[in-house]
Amino acid sequence: MTFRPEHELHKRRFSRNLGVGLTLAAFVVLVFALTVVKVKRGDPMQGYDHTIQPLSVPKEEAQP
Amino acid sequence: MSDTTAYQGATATQHEPGFGDYVQLLKPRVMSLVVFTALVGLLVAPVSLHPVEAFSAILFIALGAGASGALNMWWDADIDAVMKRTARRPVPAGKVQAGEALAVGLGLSGISVVMLGLATNVMAAALLAFTIFFYAVVYSMWLKRSTPQNIVIGGAAGAFPPMIGWVAATGSVSVEAFLMFALIFMWTPPHFWALALFMKEDYHTAGVPMLTVTHGRKATRAHIMVYTLLLVPVALGAAVTSIGGPLTLAVAVVLNLWFVVGAYRIWHRDEAMAEADNYAVEKAFFRFSLLYLFLHFAAFLAEVALKLAGLGGW
Repeated sequence: MTFRPEHELHKRRFSRNLGVGLTLAAFVVLVFALTVVKVKRGDPMQGYDHTIQPLSVPKEEAQP
Repeated sequence: MSDTTAYQGATATQHEPGFGDYVQLLKPRVMSLVVFTALVGLLVAPVSLHPVEAFSAILFIALGAGASGALNMWWDADIDAVMKRTARRPVPAGKVQAGEALAVGLGLSGISVVMLGLATNVMAAALLAFTIFFYAVVYSMWLKRSTPQNIVIGGAAGAFPPMIGWVAATGSVSVEAFLMFALIFMWTPPHFWALALFMKEDYHTAGVPMLTVTHGRKATRAHIMVYTLLLVPVALGAAVTSIGGPLTLAVAVVLNLWFVVGAYRIWHRDEAMAEADNYAVEKAFFRFSLLYLFLHFAAFLAEVALKLAGLGGW
């Protein structure tokens, strides 16, 4: 079995596929970087783990 | 039968669009202006963003502008085909199908608005969504073919980017953001009417009711003069707000003086004079209008740099 020569159509499509691929990769990198920045710059965050979290309690309730 | 043989049988004569053809749908030259003005709006704001957030904001504002450009190319493919200036755009040139332009426009609109909202704030995202709607629906679908005021009202779409940049940073609109918007809004009519004066056949052939077609060229020249005069207080006003300073005011005075003189020369010419020198004054005014806007926003940016050095600002 021999390989068929690449059709000219494939060459034309290659630039488009490469462009879309690189764009998607850049988008993923950007979303990742944005997520890191948002998380690092966010206010102190505490997940709910069935115990009282002082920072999650509204100030009015926290005061005696 | 392979995919290529199927393709040859069906649409062998059609152009297979490359990545660059899709990029052209986004009107890269308009996008460059959007990037610049949005960047200035973001950088002159009193609140600074993290560089990644700022980069994302500019990118998605530009992408939103590109999406509205693609939607415009989808809708206006018929008139683009008959105008010399636009005939080589991807859709009229047959490189990209109109439906594809619509899909690209809608897809990128959604992505840009959602991502701008996530990267910055909801108000900036809402403004971007409104801008895309305004350009694609209000301007392209409604005003452009129905009123000679198309450029006046439609100019708002191009004026929003610096305001979005400001809102992305601050989360609110202020007088500075409004004046940056007004500067581009008031600049747009004289800029496009000067173009219409020396590209007269294009709009006439396409049946677009530009002022030159509906009210004549004499009226257009008068309109350029009036709108240029109305632009002056906006430009000077922006220079005396918190984003301005002595440098900005000096630049604004010189640029507006020059612009008014140019508009006056256009106003005082008739068609015979214009045709005699192949619309040299109108073409020079049009070229200067690009420089006018660029230098105004560059001055805002320079003022920020001077402030950082302890020199600029009021």
